Amino acid sequence: MTEATPGLMTYTTARERPFDPPDALTRAREETPIHRMIYADGHEGWLITGYALARAVLAHPGFSTRPEFLHPPIQQRLINLQEIRMQPGFFLRMDPPEHTRFRRLLTGQFTVRRMKQLEPRIAQITQDRLDAMEREGGPVDLVQAFALPIPSLVICELLGVPYEDRDRFHRDSAVMLSLHSTPEQIRTAIDDLLDYLRALVKHKHAEPSDDLLGGLVAGGELNDEELAGVGLLLLVAGHETTANMLALGTFALLTNPKQLAAVRDDPDVVEGAVEELLRYLTIIHIGPMRTALEDIDLDGHLIKAKEVVTIAAAVANRDPERFGESETLDVSRSAHGHLTFGHGVHQCLGQQLARAEMRIAYPALLRRFPELRLAVPAEEVPMRSDMSIYGVHRLPVTW
Amino acid sequence: MKIKADTGVCVGAGMCALTVPEVFDQSEDDGTVVVLEPDPPASREAAVRRAVKLCPSGALSIEE
Ligand code: HEM
Ligand code: SF4
Repeated sequence: MTEATPGLMTYTTARERPFDPPDALTRAREETPIHRMIYADGHEGWLITGYALARAVLAHPGFSTRPEFLHPPIQQRLINLQEIRMQPGFFLRMDPPEHTRFRRLLTGQFTVRRMKQLEPRIAQITQDRLDAMEREGGPVDLVQAFALPIPSLVICELLGVPYEDRDRFHRDSAVMLSLHSTPEQIRTAIDDLLDYLRALVKHKHAEPSDDLLGGLVAGGELNDEELAGVGLLLLVAGHETTANMLALGTFALLTNPKQLAAVRDDPDVVEGAVEELLRYLTIIHIGPMRTALEDIDLDGHLIKAKEVVTIAAAVANRDPERFGESETLDVSRSAHGHLTFGHGVHQCLGQQLARAEMRIAYPALLRRFPELRLAVPAEEVPMRSDMSIYGVHRLPVTW
Repeated sequence: MKIKADTGVCVGAGMCALTVPEVFDQSEDDGTVVVLEPDPPASREAAVRRAVKLCPSGALSIEE
């Protein structure tokens, strides 16, 4: 973090160590939980590094997620923000009550119970990938062989997207989520995905199906453009995130052999380990971000209307006031309440699905290959500091 | 201890059902909270309090 003006900070995504947030953000949290921050376009807004304040912002109804009110915390982010147009149905970027209408239509599909019912299918998909890895033999790139296909297949099945089409949406969503894509590339990727989803919705009108998208089509509450937007949000939010948790989480466990052994050998540890990996790794690299719609008093700080607040979730999740010995990975701690799925009305819709995938996939991988290890030195694993979702680009492993 | 749940505020994130499945469920229609046991036994009190704190939308509250 460079001090532009005394007391004014800038955001940074560069990490000194693969599993730790940028040191500058950690130092900022050690000083104070809230800071004035200068945004890439000159806007003077805020940066939140403390856990309690981060939660307070995310729970406050006076803050908006609408893209037209945001300012970019870093230069590259400028492009992405401009390109997230107000696609009908993209409810992550809507405020209540508009947001509520979409969220309500979908929450019934993502309940804890529904996700439990999906578990056998997730387990089957996981075993299929492990069989394929075993046939192929090491070394393999764990991202391509395991971490990406599992959530991809699950979200495709859930939504009713034929798996043959996955290459197309995977390529498009990688462009959308890269901090280095040009506006043109991002616009093309979004348009391509939307075109694909529009055609799929048409198809589901003609041939009803009992998957999520088929159900929403039959329900008749959303028009086709909204359905395409909902599909876009679920596809993009539903696979890169979990994929990065699976790969980065495995990398973290491989460098912490004791914790790895606990996850492999003790089924009672797995649930807590998943929460702790979510907390410790916080793959949400930038944000969440919000804009004040009115003057808001935040614990004695006046956030003026139109000012943007960027939450550094990765350092808030290591706030010692909330998590104690927060800098170490400890799968036996209680990490519940972390901010990796957000908080407030936008808290991740797919979190119970993501949890189910991780609880099944980590131990299955470690049990199938008890000798699993990195196939390159840890320093050579390429990290995704250039993407809005943090993780690894590749994870060469062998066994 | 009495649990109050405001389904108008609930966003169906499922933290309650995940934390204390004996006390909370979610509706099949819209995923909003269903309180199975509005007056839970003392043995579940700590878990219920944790669920109330974890709820992202402020839909849950406790009347002593
Ligand atoms: C480990 C995996 C995941 C992480 C870390 C994650 C993280 C998040 C976060 C932080 C938010 C809130 C953003 C904000 O407040 O601005 C969010 C929202 C959302 N996520 Fe996830 N997510 C994950 C997996 C999934 C999956 C598997 C799905 C879908 C099947 C999904 C669907 C969504 C949707 C639809 C929203 C928007 C909710 C709303 O605006 O009401 N996510 N996610
Ligand atoms: S945790 Fe809160 S928001 Fe989530 S389902 Fe339960 S009551 Fe609703």
